Amino acid sequence: MATAVVDQADKRQSPLSDAVVVRFAGDSGDGMQLTGGQFTLSSALAGNDFATFPDFPAEIRAPQGTLFGVSAFQINFGSSAIDTAGDAPDVLVAMNPAALKTNVPQLKQGGLIIADEGEFNDRNLAKAKYEANPLDDGSLAKWQLLKLNISQLTMDAVKPFGLGNKEALRCKNMWTLGLALWMFDRDRQPLIDWLNAKFAKAPDLAAANVAALNAGHAYGETAELAGPLKQHHVDPAPVAPGLYRTLTGAEGIALGLVAGAQLAKLPMFFGGYPITPASAILHHLSRLKEYDVTTFQAEDEIAAICSAIGASYGGSLGVTSSSGPGIALKGEAMGLAIMTELPLVIVNSQRGGPSTGLPTKTEQSDLYQAVYGRNGDAPMPVVAARSPGDAFECAIEAVRIAVQYMTPVMLLTDGYIANAAEPWAVPDLTTYEAFPVEFLTEVPEGGFKPYGRDENLKRPWVKPGTPGLLHRIGGIEKELDTGHINYAPENHQAMTDIRKDKIDGIKVPDQVVELGAEGGKLAVVGWGSTFGPIHQAVRRKRAEGLDVSHVHIRHIWPLPANLGELLKSYDKVIVPEMNTGQLKTVLRDQYLVDAKPVNKVSGQPFTIAEIEAAIEGALA
Amino acid sequence: MNEMTTIARTTTLKDWETDQEVRWCPGCGDYAILKAVQRTMPEIGTTPENTVFVSGIGCSSRFPYYMETYGFHTIHGRAPAFATGLKLANPDLDIWIVTGDGDGLSIGGNHTMHLIRRNLDCQIMLFNNEIYGLTKGQYSPTSRVGTTSPSTPYGSVDRPAQPAAFALGAGARFVARGFDVSKELPNVLKAAHAHKGAAFIEIFQNCIVYNKDVFEDFAAPKGAEDRQLWLKNGEPMVYAKGTKGIALDAEALHLKTVDVVDGDWQAAGVIVHDVTNRSVAHMLVEMRFGEFPMALGVLYDDPRPTFEADVVRQNKAAAEGKTADLQSLLKKGQTWTVTEGGPEL
Repeated sequence: MATAVVDQADKRQSPLSDAVVVRFAGDSGDGMQLTGGQFTLSSALAGNDFATFPDFPAEIRAPQGTLFGVSAFQINFGSSAIDTAGDAPDVLVAMNPAALKTNVPQLKQGGLIIADEGEFNDRNLAKAKYEANPLDDGSLAKWQLLKLNISQLTMDAVKPFGLGNKEALRCKNMWTLGLALWMFDRDRQPLIDWLNAKFAKAPDLAAANVAALNAGHAYGETAELAGPLKQHHVDPAPVAPGLYRTLTGAEGIALGLVAGAQLAKLPMFFGGYPITPASAILHHLSRLKEYDVTTFQAEDEIAAICSAIGASYGGSLGVTSSSGPGIALKGEAMGLAIMTELPLVIVNSQRGGPSTGLPTKTEQSDLYQAVYGRNGDAPMPVVAARSPGDAFECAIEAVRIAVQYMTPVMLLTDGYIANAAEPWAVPDLTTYEAFPVEFLTEVPEGGFKPYGRDENLKRPWVKPGTPGLLHRIGGIEKELDTGHINYAPENHQAMTDIRKDKIDGIKVPDQVVELGAEGGKLAVVGWGSTFGPIHQAVRRKRAEGLDVSHVHIRHIWPLPANLGELLKSYDKVIVPEMNTGQLKTVLRDQYLVDAKPVNKVSGQPFTIAEIEAAIEGALA
Repeated sequence: MNEMTTIARTTTLKDWETDQEVRWCPGCGDYAILKAVQRTMPEIGTTPENTVFVSGIGCSSRFPYYMETYGFHTIHGRAPAFATGLKLANPDLDIWIVTGDGDGLSIGGNHTMHLIRRNLDCQIMLFNNEIYGLTKGQYSPTSRVGTTSPSTPYGSVDRPAQPAAFALGAGARFVARGFDVSKELPNVLKAAHAHKGAAFIEIFQNCIVYNKDVFEDFAAPKGAEDRQLWLKNGEPMVYAKGTKGIALDAEALHLKTVDVVDGDWQAAGVIVHDVTNRSVAHMLVEMRFGEFPMALGVLYDDPRPTFEADVVRQNKAAAEGKTADLQSLLKKGQTWTVTEGGPEL
């Protein structure tokens, strides 16, 4: 999903074989996420565009060898624009029987399995519920199979370093990585440097890991097996020159929030409570004190948002973050922020629901909750990020709206974006327009009205401590202008209208068409992390000559002013979502368009093929 | 409280009154507490603009509307959380939390506990009327066993929480007690304000509509000296005009009442109140009224570093020597440069 290459992508209809999908799968303790992360870096250095998909269990240390303890990391890299982590892997590295069993069904027909046969013993086979050893019984015939005793080969490689059995076997992932580096003609040196830095305090471990890495690489080189293992070079993708880094969604959000606070010239206060997959944002921000960031791990989700509102009341940019269940707990406090008209950013890293649901799996099923999920008429802006890089932009946008309109703003991301990494062209901050906040510091002409309004219907922001502007705010209905308690019928009507008008009037950019044309036979309308598969599917179908366009909505509420007209310019509209049809409902309600849902709620992202099938179905 | 806020500007009671119509029931104990607070403020050397009253939901929580200061009437039980964010955003503010037995110990018990253990510098006034007033009279977490109410027509069966014991158990470094119409209340409030850190004050408050005179057995002026033990640091724990006192049963490790003959409290074994003695404080908050007088005044006062000060200190230390250059932060981590010749580290 490299933002830098997307623009040129249409011009470069490179053959799909230029992209390779590799999936590393093993036990939770096998270090597959680390292996994947380092392979990702190596892909970046090789100049490939890429997208990744870490897929791991909710259990921290699931029992060894079990099916539910399998942790996988998928990367799609190539010489042309990569939008998704790939539908079906070309290569599956299976470190044990459970990893093979849970991942092999997705492998492309004719794809390559590299299996550590050292782990295919009776005990592990039983745990994976295999009655016979699949490496021997011919059941994997439709794929290419390479059996290697990676465990033994690793043990042999690290023998000189005198590690215990357990520690020696922990180097298996580096052996595997070494083999993968050879397979794709990658430079080992950056990884060797990284290992030496990582284990600087334990030179033996560093040396053992480097030895394992080299041994895996040498194995590929010298074995030069007849059979399935071949070296494959993937050319660099033609990306714009510049400085790049890998960025996860959680990093994108954290950096975007800091950038937003700086553009608003405000200190930031972040109140959070640990929850998967949102905690990473708290972790990132808690290391950024020098950017005038205060982080507070509260006693619960409610205290997290309330402390953030308290900080906003005090003149900081209040931010809180959570995932579905925690967002539910914050609902009442959001209502208070709406009533007291204080700026606040609420980040929701969506996960599978309802209730505890699927903590580590992705879903987009909190759109109703974001747009509608509060008591009373409680309108609130909602912004949704499509990718890790976009999360940076969306976080800035959420801060802008919050301070320019004195309102809480919901920023939606999801488990997929939060954990996935993509190459990101580091933006030049001087190109962003600042939106410095001006606090009211003295009585204005005509007297001080705590609920007086400017042309955006925004009320003034006054920091406690300011002489002459003493006032009280709270959750009881406010009187027009004065902000005193007022239950009068006409006042409640007027205040409800103002709160609605203020949010409706927020200026958001017009909706653009990502790919295709304004008007035509079919629009595929998406939001959030479905961007990748939709974009790639629309690109492929357009290459086949189909009249289909991609529209991707960032501003979920208020919606862009031109969106209704735009949608009506297509004969058909389909809305792929990882829920049962939530944006679809909003679009139908707002514009009376016959938007048709395309839904998937399996905890896994859409594949490109699934969107392609939906496009074909709609145009059939 | 905070040294930096002690600005030399004199205020009077009038400066702390708002123009808002007070909406408590006529005769409610809250009126007396409001007056006591408004009377105290001019004497503690702070200014209205630097003062913030933060409340939750309930009768007591309407308090901020009547104080000519900054005020935030928040949501049920959560005032401590708002206060925490506010104080961290601006440690110079003088923050008073107003809560009740339902707001602070039932729906908001969790936040009260954590505010106290973190030791945020603020005053927590918990108005204890042993009833839910604003929802029309249901029993509360401090109601005595057998309280009949709309939700407990046959009497409540659960044992009540003891606010002062709860606070001390949560790690409070300041615990005091007073009651609405007591002339001593301003002195208790002053002591709370002088304490740097979370100062917890349980204020018995008469709900004349739903729980009338429930504290009369010790609060009634008649015979008060026999039923109230006003604690003074460094002075013997005597009451009933000096004829009775509190002594320690050293073998059983609990307090006991003793008669004091001819004012010789030492002979009677009466102990001297030391506000920093945490063990005795634990016994004082557990002292059952009836068998003992009601312990009032400052029960415990022994400050230690505050949460916001530690946060500020740590933030400063962590930021020291680092420049806040966001552009360079964006470039951190795994980076590479793409040139015409391809990518390089």
